Amino acid sequence: MAEILALVEHRQGSLRDVTFELMSCGRKLAENLDTRLTAVLLGHNTGEFADDLKTQAHRILVLDDERFKDFNSESYQQALSQVIKSENPVITLIGHTAFGMSLCPALGAQLDIPSSTDCLDIEMNDGGLKVIRQMYEGKLDARVRFRESPSYLVTIRTGCFPAEDGNLQAEIVSSDLKAAEPQHLKFIEYLEAAVGDVDITKADVVVGVGRGIKEKENMAMVEEFAGMIGGVVACTRPIVDAEWLPKDRQVGSSGKTVKPKLYIALGISGAFQHTAGMKGSDTIIAVNKDPDAPIFGEADYGIVDDLFKVLPALRDKITELKQ
Amino acid sequence: MNIVVCIKRVPQTADAQVRVDSSGKDIEKERLTFDLNESDAYALEQAVLFKEQSGGTITAVSVGHPDTEDTLRMVLAKGADTAIRIKAEDFDELDGYKTAQILKTVIEKAEFDMIFTGCMATDDGYYQVGVNLAQLLGIPHATLVSSIEIGDGAARIKRELEGGLLEHDEISLPALFSVQTGINVPRYASLIAIRKAAKKEIAAVGQDDIDKDALVLNTQIEELFVPPVTKRAEIFSGTPEEVSGKLADMLNEKGLI
Repeated sequence: MAEILALVEHRQGSLRDVTFELMSCGRKLAENLDTRLTAVLLGHNTGEFADDLKTQAHRILVLDDERFKDFNSESYQQALSQVIKSENPVITLIGHTAFGMSLCPALGAQLDIPSSTDCLDIEMNDGGLKVIRQMYEGKLDARVRFRESPSYLVTIRTGCFPAEDGNLQAEIVSSDLKAAEPQHLKFIEYLEAAVGDVDITKADVVVGVGRGIKEKENMAMVEEFAGMIGGVVACTRPIVDAEWLPKDRQVGSSGKTVKPKLYIALGISGAFQHTAGMKGSDTIIAVNKDPDAPIFGEADYGIVDDLFKVLPALRDKITELKQ
Repeated sequence: MNIVVCIKRVPQTADAQVRVDSSGKDIEKERLTFDLNESDAYALEQAVLFKEQSGGTITAVSVGHPDTEDTLRMVLAKGADTAIRIKAEDFDELDGYKTAQILKTVIEKAEFDMIFTGCMATDDGYYQVGVNLAQLLGIPHATLVSSIEIGDGAARIKRELEGGLLEHDEISLPALFSVQTGINVPRYASLIAIRKAAKKEIAAVGQDDIDKDALVLNTQIEELFVPPVTKRAEIFSGTPEEVSGKLADMLNEKGLI
């Protein structure tokens, strides 16, 4: 059986967590298919990365070039397409991240390899390759079957395959492939998001607001409630898009990760992009009028009702208790 | 600047009950409302902003069923000049890649400097069509774009990475940008514009114009199902006063307030 490839992801000199998740996924697949897992490491001066990954794969294929120091979808695509052509892997695993979203569909179209994105689980047997993906904003899952092909590309959602200690001894192999100078895309720099006056990652109590808050005017009520219980207000992406709160209050995959003692989700449906940033909280309470909202799958306690009725009542009860 | 915007009409499922239909592979659509996909609204607005700045035309393209014409009319009312519906009903089952192949056959005939798409559709969540399309057209792309400044033959863009970090890149034109929500504030169409758009013709392209047999379907939905419950919140029930009382007591006992 041809091998499994998994792309190592790193940024600003550190391996990203998703790398270890991909290796866990890749090892499971390799075991089931009785084949080997190769970690593909594109970077510059990557010795330390290779050391950290040594137990995670059977082989680490290293492409060392200054042009690979920072992710560039053009030069990464150029190099990875060469690797896939020469290695003929049965499956290439890439993280469903800002990098993977650019890379995987481009590689698939370039190499005419079927690809699927944002997969939660993956299964390969006599029936071919099948993946589980979420659809309709997390309300349904789909089992998706691929057309028959000697090679497949899959991006894996972060958090679906827990990182585990490996027990392998990787052979480290340097590839002769060299990076081409990108013609169309030039990486300039990373920019850190502006830092505001409130650091939501340091708070013990976070009150998260989602689309269910409906109007900007209703934000005051939430601010008041959060203040009363010694918490800070955070939010989902649509609230930032509407400019009701600054970007540094956004919780989720493209925002901050918070792990407070108490997280109260108000009018938040619970899209993966948000819950990725709050599911590590000690106690999660959700108020949402939609009983099917995925947030109730993350919360410890839930109230299925209109937040505009619950919040004032809750405020009054807490005031009573505090007297 | 001539701009192509790819859009999709999608069911609004965030606050709706979503049920699997009798085929097991699709959803019951009768009780759902449909509208322009969220990030596509931002893609359209970005095109309109550039057109207002420096002229040119906007062509909106969608692979969709006949009711997509309503969505395309709204897109015309918000500032697109022409609209093309590619008849989804002519092309059987679609996935992200097949949609991109179909879009390519139409867009390669157009003159464009930029293509805008939303970064993902809220129904199937592929994050795939835009990048596939760019690759098939042989032009560079950027995903999750949260800012674009156009210069001479190139654009400076910012794209959103995880954890609030931004990546600043330069990309040569023509290029495809799949935009993230929040890149701008999408406008509402005026009543006058909506009335004007109602009279505009929407071009339809179908299997007579596109070689159906050349299209590849990579993936097929075998089954849709309700996600298995691994954890379920303990639900407090009662009137708002009752549930608030229970919740406040619980928080108090746990020393959380």
